[in-house]
Amino acid sequence: MSTSVDVTLSVNGERVARRVEARRHLVDFLRLDLGLTGTHTGCEHGVCGACTVRVDGVIVRGCLVLAASLDGATVETIEGLTESGEIADLQTAFVERNAAQCGFCTPAMLLTAADLLSAAARDGAVPSREAIREHIAGNYCRCTGYHAIVDAIETVATARAGKGRS
Amino acid sequence: MKSPPLGYVRAMDMPDVFRLRANAGPDARVLAGGQSLLPTLAFRLSDPGTLIDITRVDALRGIRLVADGALRVGALTTHAELGRDALVRVRVPVLADAVGLIAHPAIRNRGTIGGSLAYADPAAELPAVCVALDAVVIAVGPAGERRIAARDFLTGLFTTALAGDELIAAVEFRPMPGRRTVIHELARRSGDYAMAGIVLAAGPGTPTHDPRPVFFGVGDRPILATRAAACLAVGGAAALAAAQAALDGDLDPPSDQHGGPAFKRQLARVLLARAVNSLIDARDAR
Ligand SMILES: Cc1cc2nc3c(=O)[nH]c(=O)nc-3n(C[C@H](O)[C@H](O)[C@H](O)COP(=O)(O)OP(=O)(O)OC[C@H]3O[C@@H](n4cnc5c(N)ncnc54)[C@H](O)[C@@H]3O)c2cc1C
Ligand code: FES
Ligand code: FES
Repeated sequence: MSTSVDVTLSVNGERVARRVEARRHLVDFLRLDLGLTGTHTGCEHGVCGACTVRVDGVIVRGCLVLAASLDGATVETIEGLTESGEIADLQTAFVERNAAQCGFCTPAMLLTAADLLSAAARDGAVPSREAIREHIAGNYCRCTGYHAIVDAIETVATARAGKGRS
Repeated sequence: MKSPPLGYVRAMDMPDVFRLRANAGPDARVLAGGQSLLPTLAFRLSDPGTLIDITRVDALRGIRLVADGALRVGALTTHAELGRDALVRVRVPVLADAVGLIAHPAIRNRGTIGGSLAYADPAAELPAVCVALDAVVIAVGPAGERRIAARDFLTGLFTTALAGDELIAAVEFRPMPGRRTVIHELARRSGDYAMAGIVLAAGPGTPTHDPRPVFFGVGDRPILATRAAACLAVGGAAALAAAQAALDGDLDPPSDQHGGPAFKRQLARVLLARAVNSLIDARDAR
């Protein structure tokens, strides 16, 4: 039995090799070992969604994934998505609609929204407000009352669909 | 909240799992999606010493048809995979319907059907679907495979018929031509575990043919309501009311954070009506 594990993975496009404590979850790994503090921890048991990151292309709860299990994985965080410009329109819409107040939930909310928007683009559909609410239901925001967040996501969904058609 | 100190080992195939398990001792746990196990560790409700990661064991993956026409769903199938699989949609669509009620997208991307059955939360959707469809759990241990009917597999609150050295390898759903199955639940918020839920299978033909109502979140495991089923099978205008009344004999719900027995019984009656009506609607729509 080993309480430390060697892992090599890709984080925001960079190869990272580290020895990690087996019990360390992905968010602590990102924040404490790699200094990537854009991903937050709220509850650390799966209910608040503040820890949302992308692993191998899909969103996950970072607090419910052990870093030790990620040998060979591809991890993308809010830092990576910001750098690549993939969600620039969504970030602008969040600012314009005042969809971020204290900002604690925002990185995870953006990743979850981006997940919905890429699924919608694949289906060639603009998600309804109900579908947007359903998709972000696992991400708690204690400030905004969600309305502005739904507005921002809807704005981008509509804008992206318009671009796709022209 | 942080997990206790842990050991971690990664299994690459089935012999590896058995060997690592034998070495790690009786408290060691297998790690699948981690969506139930890691929260219990964070709460320090368990201290397994060692986790054996089984997610790279290919033999536990995949969804395929097997010899007798049954649909075999590998234990490591995630909720998300189940929800979008083309074979599942055609053969056992209620599984995909159930996925829409489980937690949230980020959790569905990791949580597995094997983990859901092994964890045996009485409010979980998939174990109830398995009981309603008379699915078979394939358990595998160093001595070989055992086939266990889902209703015998779930033996109580968070407990199963699995032996200490066994794993769930897969779940099999046999073909049931013409049978329809619906799932309904009541939860305070989308994605929460249900306060109460029902899976109702019936047919072929009319909803009164061999109805199998299975409730979840109202007992220590999924409960097949046999008395209510007998009332539904009689058919006619009074059948639903009689079945609702019969639930008093079928269910003995314990109190939980949502409410007491009377509240749970009321939810069960409402759910039975919704399920019966949606089966009738589904038939009319054809
Ligand atoms: C916030 C939140 C909300 C949730 N809401 C719901 C919900 O509404 N409905 C619902 O059903 N679930 C819900 N879940 C739980 C989720 O569905 C889990 O994914 C599932 O219960 C367990 O699957 P897992 O693969 O994550 O298992 P793990 O967490 O990896 O394991 C759970 C247990 O099963 C054992 N195990 C795992 N795989 C096997 C196997 N193949 N053979 C033998 N033992 C095995 C493990 O050793 C452990 O004891 C929720 C979880 C969270 C965090
Ligand atoms: S910190 Fe992961 S869900 Fe709350
Ligand atoms: S902006 Fe403060 S929690 Fe969402």
